[in-house]
Amino acid sequence: MTGLLLRRIASLVLTLLAVSALIFLVMDVLPGDPAAIMLGTSATPETLEALRRELGLDQPLVLRYLSWLAGVATGDLGMSYTYGVPVAGLIAERLVVTLPLAFLAILLSVAIAIPLGVASAARRNSVVDTAVGFLSQMFIAVPGFWVGLLLVLVFSVSFGWVPSGGFPGWQAGVLPALGALVLPAIALALPQAGVLTRVTRSAVIEVMNEDFVRTARAKGLPRRKALWRHAVPNALVPVVTILGLQFTFLIAGAVLVENVFNLPGLGRLALQALSQRDIIVMQDVVLFFAALVIVMNFLVDLSYLALDPRLRGRT
Amino acid sequence: MSAVAPSAPPRRGRTFAAALRRGLAHGKLWTGGLVIGFIGAIALLSLVWTPLPPAKLQIVQKLKPPLAQGLLGTDHLGRDVASMLMVGAWNSLSIAVLAVVMGALAGTLLGVAVAARRGWFEAIMMRANDVIFAVPPILSAMMLGALLGTGRPTAIIAIAVFMVPVFARVTASAALQVWSRDYVQAARGAGKGGIRITIDHVLPNIANQIIVQATIQLGLAILTEAGLSFLGLGMAPPAPTWGRMLADAQTYLGRAPWLAILPGLAIALTVLGFNMLGDGLRDLLDPRERGR
Repeated sequence: MTGLLLRRIASLVLTLLAVSALIFLVMDVLPGDPAAIMLGTSATPETLEALRRELGLDQPLVLRYLSWLAGVATGDLGMSYTYGVPVAGLIAERLVVTLPLAFLAILLSVAIAIPLGVASAARRNSVVDTAVGFLSQMFIAVPGFWVGLLLVLVFSVSFGWVPSGGFPGWQAGVLPALGALVLPAIALALPQAGVLTRVTRSAVIEVMNEDFVRTARAKGLPRRKALWRHAVPNALVPVVTILGLQFTFLIAGAVLVENVFNLPGLGRLALQALSQRDIIVMQDVVLFFAALVIVMNFLVDLSYLALDPRLRGRT
Repeated sequence: MSAVAPSAPPRRGRTFAAALRRGLAHGKLWTGGLVIGFIGAIALLSLVWTPLPPAKLQIVQKLKPPLAQGLLGTDHLGRDVASMLMVGAWNSLSIAVLAVVMGALAGTLLGVAVAARRGWFEAIMMRANDVIFAVPPILSAMMLGALLGTGRPTAIIAIAVFMVPVFARVTASAALQVWSRDYVQAARGAGKGGIRITIDHVLPNIANQIIVQATIQLGLAILTEAGLSFLGLGMAPPAPTWGRMLADAQTYLGRAPWLAILPGLAIALTVLGFNMLGDGLRDLLDPRERGR
């Protein structure tokens, strides 16, 4: 058990190192001099040279990577070129929007998907099943950011119930802040819910067909109880797996949805950094997102151990 | 996976359900095929004919609703929405198809290589897949865009790179199953090399799965391309794309809601078409995955 855990952690660290190296290499190997990009047309040879030195671009590649890595490990992500403040602070500031948004979206998608998926599996090939199948196909096909636009169109522009975007900040109170995140979270959650509904349905059906459920039913366990006591808990493993795999799409969706609703989150920070050619900020945000996806999948791996006792014995 | 055993006697309920599913599969296949055929035809048509040149500005006629000016109205610069949607179909489809073909080729190559070599090669490649999969196309397009500039090639590369791990994973697991079969082991024992086995036995057996996966990935590629161009990371203006039409529509939500509705419908319809086509193909071609 501890051996397994240690191996998982080692693999997590290796993956994180690999992704940081990849991002660093991409930014470095591709043509385009960050200093020149950041200075734009105002560059003179002297300012270019000075910025190169400031960014450490005159150092060899490996040294630069190691010093960036050491900085990341100690929470020093470098200075933003346009804002003139530490990137770590910028990310922390934006994280309080993006993380609650993502969390809310996951919660919502699970709250939509599990009942729909179970209902669909319980009445296989019924009208309910067909309707849910159709609905989940729709959810998957519809771009989340477009759902966001439509929500704004209906609830802000037509009804005038909620502001069309923006974020009051948590200091304005938990409720107004959460209120500003509800529509974006719905937009973000629907495509996820579509995928999760299908996974829940097929997982529940699979478990219901297994011998132990058949035995329990033969011994007189009502179908309802078999469903909720056996099928649903067992179906959680694939659902959680997909939730982890989908996290990378959730991040991508968050970048888009933040843009629709004018939320000052990490995705917008990265886009602003791109348009202001603030390469360091972009590099750090991309690394942060990638690390988030990897850690999320690591946690999913760990959750198997909690959800599926059979795996604990394996090494 | 006991359902694979041929000795299981067919049961009434099961054969009926199977028949129903087959019918459903064909229904999906046809619906998806028709939708994609329709969108594809429009995309091709846009190469030779559109009602108006999509970039033609008629400021006097700006923000006219559907049927008031042209079939689907005009945008904030008085451009014909129907013409823009048509050219947008071509732009979306061509980027998605190119990206998926590139990703599928690279991913399949990687997948069959992993299945043939195993060992440390497999471990490293699969870990590399996780790493690439952790950087969604929107983020890689930003990195590439910062250095190379945004545009069609950047969008295609960003989407294609993300497709590689998906295809590598699907191919590797399918190929490993083929490798575990007795006749492949026999061929190996008879001295057939890894590359020969891959070409003679593995690829023909997994081709269906790759085709199914590619169809489904096309839907995802359409969604991703729309997202990229919504953020200004896709094709450069003035080329009309569904994503940028939506981005432009944001400012005029109150006055011209059709500008926000129509391109989204086009995206959703295309993705739905590819997904149904993929589902139908899977039910038809890949009996193991049936009913999932």
